[in-house]
Amino acid sequence: MEYLIAFFIGGLICVFGQLLLDVAKLTPAHVMTTLVVLGAVLDGIPAGKDDTLYDKLIDFAGAGVTVPITSFGHALVHGAISEAEAHGIIGIITGIFELTSAGISAAIIFGFFASLIFRPKG
Amino acid sequence: MSFRVSRQTWYFSSDVRIRSAGTAVGPKEGNGPLGNEFDIVFDDNYVGEATWEKAEKKILEASINKTLEKAGLVAEDIDMILAGDLLNQIISATFASRTIQIPFIGTYGACSTSMLSLAQASALVNAGYCNLAVAACSSHNSTAEKQYRYPTEYGGQKPPTAQYTATGAGSVLVGRGGTGIRVTYATLGKIVDMGIKNPFNMGSAMAPAAADTLLAHLKDTGRKPSDYDLIVTGDLAGVGAPILVSLMKEQGYEIAPYYNDCGLMLYRKDDPEVFSGASGCASSALVTYGHLLKEMERGKISRLLVLATGALLSPLTYQQGESIPCIAHAVAFEVDE
Repeated sequence: MEYLIAFFIGGLICVFGQLLLDVAKLTPAHVMTTLVVLGAVLDGIPAGKDDTLYDKLIDFAGAGVTVPITSFGHALVHGAISEAEAHGIIGIITGIFELTSAGISAAIIFGFFASLIFRPKG
Repeated sequence: MSFRVSRQTWYFSSDVRIRSAGTAVGPKEGNGPLGNEFDIVFDDNYVGEATWEKAEKKILEASINKTLEKAGLVAEDIDMILAGDLLNQIISATFASRTIQIPFIGTYGACSTSMLSLAQASALVNAGYCNLAVAACSSHNSTAEKQYRYPTEYGGQKPPTAQYTATGAGSVLVGRGGTGIRVTYATLGKIVDMGIKNPFNMGSAMAPAAADTLLAHLKDTGRKPSDYDLIVTGDLAGVGAPILVSLMKEQGYEIAPYYNDCGLMLYRKDDPEVFSGASGCASSALVTYGHLLKEMERGKISRLLVLATGALLSPLTYQQGESIPCIAHAVAFEVDE
């Protein structure tokens, strides 16, 4: 059941992205930023004690909402808020990439190694 | 008959003829239905070079050299080369001309560069400024994707209206007299922009430009579509070609029986990677210089009109929300009666 929910919720996010491409005629870059901002906004809405709307979604759908790009927005806001709680207003700036730095660094490092080994075929 | 028929149609009265033609293509074009018609088929999109831009330059050089070789001439015999491609600063044409060392005029008409360069070369030859001139153009799928859309490595999705830029180059040598196929008329287009903004739907954007030039050509020459055995457009493909047929019907011309599109001829119809068909300068150049001129020599076609269509957008203009200005240039080819 857990897998099924993850599959459907994750799939629905992808359907929304595809509709942005096909119906709203957004470019791939616009679709990506829209989904990231959406995840960030959902993580800014409080839902219950110490939880946000996006946290509730993770409780419900698990990987269905942590794998799509919306979770990047969630992680950006989460990092900023937790640093802000610890270090005050400056933490909003220093905390943005707190949780996402692993993903960003991994993308750069693995991208670099892949480019050493592979060559695009066209 | 004078050279000038109207402000956009030229008549080449000095017996301007095709001396030779050369084509070079990538592997996908070589495997297509016209594969056997091309002079050189490379089996690798890099053509043994380090980058795709260098590969495109090499393909263009190969087609120009083949053209000269077929005519039994060397670069010193040629007065002028008019060439262009789809890249910024038309680098394929300029860098190929750096190697070949023929006086060079760069031409840019996006995918209409094939007939734009041939019309200008024919005019120079007709007027006597040149004895022999080469018209050439090239495109490469991977350089064009990078230039106009997204790098292929990025893997962006494409809608079914998208087209596949052909990898290849076509060149022709024109001179006065002899026995080759005659170049009789050129009708140069004006820019037509119907407000289409989607770079993945260039066929619809370009069809009105093709209709505008075709109407002007028919009016200026007093010809009917049936006076041609074949009228081809460069790269309207699956979406744009039916639009042109219906636009012409609205104007009272039935072109369907004589009409085809190079973008629909270059690849296998069942190839999903090409979406609605071929595009790029090479689409019209390869089909015309590689296939249709040979069909004329074989006696299958005696009068041919090639309407090369071009979408004159830049990545910057469409990112800034501008629509796509389009153009079409027509050249008429005829076999002696």
